[in-house]
Amino acid sequence: MKFSLKSSLKNGLAVTALALLLPACVTINIYFPAAAAEKAADKLIDDIWQLKNSEKANSGEPAPDNPAK
Amino acid sequence: MKKILFGLLVIAGLLSNQLALAAADLELNTPAISALKGSMQQRHGQLAGFYASGAVGLTRDGLIAVKEASAVALKDRQSLNSLVASENNDRNALYKEIAIANGHAEWEAEIRSTFAQRWVQKAQSGWWYQDANGWAKR
Repeated sequence: MKFSLKSSLKNGLAVTALALLLPACVTINIYFPAAAAEKAADKLIDDIWQLKNSEKANSGEPAPDNPAK
Repeated sequence: MKKILFGLLVIAGLLSNQLALAAADLELNTPAISALKGSMQQRHGQLAGFYASGAVGLTRDGLIAVKEASAVALKDRQSLNSLVASENNDRNALYKEIAIANGHAEWEAEIRSTFAQRWVQKAQSGWWYQDANGWAKR
């Protein structure tokens, strides 16, 4: 009785420790999201250098001075 | 045995959570980032001519530098220097703020190097940038 309780406690502890430690490692070594960062950089650079002004007008609300309408 | 299996499941769940977070877009909508963006946007009107004349170039570390001071009249050089300094302050702050906004202050260096590449990629032809061999022209 004592033995099985001990071993199941040990098992439980080991699993808990693993469950806590592994994600912690992942969090610390989480890879840098290179693609997302590139996208973010492009978006900010387009805004700062005012590139792609026409695309903004096309993708947003229709341009107020749209000759087609 | 069941407990171990359950533990593994929990671990797998936590791992996939982390991956999902990492795959999402970076957070850019913070007051600090918007303010920096606005100030850089405004300054760009003054800097654009200097990029085109080669007075200022893009550096490898995501900043800008005076490349050819002689392209600028002597009397304007001091204001050019302060323009470059202000721009670099904003750029440094921008990289830091993006890292912080995404909960990973340690990403600052990688964000900086990502920007360094993208600034150059998006530069107009005729603008100067720094690479491993020194200054080059787009």
